[in-house]
Amino acid sequence: MLRFLLTRLLWAVPIVLVIAVLSFMLLHLVRGDPVTALIGDFPAPPEYVARIRAEFGLDEPIMTQLWRYLVNLAQGNLGFSFANRMPVLDLILSRARITLLLMVPALVAASVLGVIMGLAAAPRAGSATDATITGLSLLGHSVPIFWLAQLLVMAFAVQLQWMPASGMITLRDTPTGWQAVADFLWHLVMPMTCITIYYVAVVARVARAAVLEMLNRDFVLTAMAKGLTHRRVLWRHILPNALIPVVTVVGYSFGSSLTGAILTETVFAWPGLGSLFVSSIAMRDYPVLQGIFLFSATAVVVANILTDMVYWLVDPRLHRRRVRVVANA
Amino acid sequence: MRKVWRQLRAQPIGLVSIFIVLALALVGLMAPILAPGDPNELGQDVLQAPGPGHWLGTDDLGRDVLASLIHGIRVSLPVGILSAAAALLIGIAVGAIAGARGGWIDGAFMRLTEMFQVIPAFILAAVLSALSGPAEWQVIAVIAALSWPQPARVMRGEVIRLRQLDYVEAVRCLGISERRILLGEILPNALAPVLAVGAIIVGTAILLEASLAFLGLSNPDVVSWGRMLNAGQRYLFQAWWLSVFPGLTIVIAVLSFNLGGDALAAALDPTAKP
Repeated sequence: MLRFLLTRLLWAVPIVLVIAVLSFMLLHLVRGDPVTALIGDFPAPPEYVARIRAEFGLDEPIMTQLWRYLVNLAQGNLGFSFANRMPVLDLILSRARITLLLMVPALVAASVLGVIMGLAAAPRAGSATDATITGLSLLGHSVPIFWLAQLLVMAFAVQLQWMPASGMITLRDTPTGWQAVADFLWHLVMPMTCITIYYVAVVARVARAAVLEMLNRDFVLTAMAKGLTHRRVLWRHILPNALIPVVTVVGYSFGSSLTGAILTETVFAWPGLGSLFVSSIAMRDYPVLQGIFLFSATAVVVANILTDMVYWLVDPRLHRRRVRVVANA
Repeated sequence: MRKVWRQLRAQPIGLVSIFIVLALALVGLMAPILAPGDPNELGQDVLQAPGPGHWLGTDDLGRDVLASLIHGIRVSLPVGILSAAAALLIGIAVGAIAGARGGWIDGAFMRLTEMFQVIPAFILAAVLSALSGPAEWQVIAVIAALSWPQPARVMRGEVIRLRQLDYVEAVRCLGISERRILLGEILPNALAPVLAVGAIIVGTAILLEASLAFLGLSNPDVVSWGRMLNAGQRYLFQAWWLSVFPGLTIVIAVLSFNLGGDALAAALDPTAKP
């Protein structure tokens, strides 16, 4: 298993390299003239353009430029955002933290709820409960997440006026101490609910299928034959096994959940990566856009490796295999 | 053909979904005749709630929401279907070759699909649109380029499974070339599950295109569902109909493709019981 993880880590290197090259191509080939990409679509005096061209080595062969880009990346230099007056990497990392603040609780809630829904649906396959849960999760796959966000705003902020429509904190009379925490949580509820509803659909579907598959296994039959209660079999025997595909799907859908978070943020004006993305589009801040692409694709690679590690922690059989190898040695 | 129809009739939800897809396509084709007026025609009745005259209301420029929805089909459906078709073509070709050849070709292919699957399609498409200006063909190209691994994996699995079956072995004994076995015997039987994946890609593509337009990354002169939701975002507090109807239309379209694809695949499966 350790070997497996090691090969995964090694394999990540060429993937990240390809992502970096793609990110380079985005700015240098698609954009045509990278100078406008560097300074934005502003009218600039020709001397300034010439200086930038020389400074960034844009008059050199493309391979030389690519090499320099990769070396810069390796040193953590993703360029400079003129619109925000700070290095792109710092900017992205500070905003990514705010996005994670929204994403992680939502994904945890979705996983727990989804597993419970799967456990509830599978043993009653074909019943009304099962049909409802299956139907809901199908619906979740087909709803544009930003529309779900809009519906929540219209229902709970506009009509009922229970919830704040946007932002992360109250800007007027900003509270302090514990009240600030409460205020933050209060703002978190709606965007988090939105992402949770969306991902519950994904998790419930997988959990249901996994539990359904386990129900027909011999070990479950054995447990039943030993006279264990349904509840005990479900929670102690089936759940641990069914968790494995759930972990996989949650971990491997990191890219799509990041996309979901970005779109949700734009509706709720949550000041994370999504808001940065949209404002960078409006300001034509190309280095930031390029940086967000690079960051999110790399984050997906990292999330996939982490998933493999969690997978190993969750699956007891993989532990035993390792123990056996040690015993043989 | 009759057998396929009988299979479909046994799945009412799937059948309804397929009819909805066909109806959407038909309405989209005949949009200029069917739509109540030109979607770009500005009117005096600004932000009017749904009612007689404008069934689904009007937007901030007095444009009819229903007319816009109908014309929006002409963006969403072609983008969805073309990107899925392109992804299927690449996926079927690559998957069939990998499954049939095996060996290092297969290994290289599996590594390649992993590489494509880590790139978040939406973010790539959005950055691309922001950098070089919005264009529908770009959206199609990005979706096709990033979603072919899915059908390819399914195709590869099917080819590997079918190759070992007795009927293929029997054909092989007749001295027919491997290429002809692959094209004539294996491919037709492997298509059904691949088609279901294709229908899901259509749905994903429609959602992705709408997301881009929602962020303003689409041609502002073209009416589309995502664009309408973008406008709706500005009037969440005043005009619920600007958001509710386009979103509902997207959900119905995507859901119909997903369910219809599943039903069609089940009906086309040659091993299904009649």
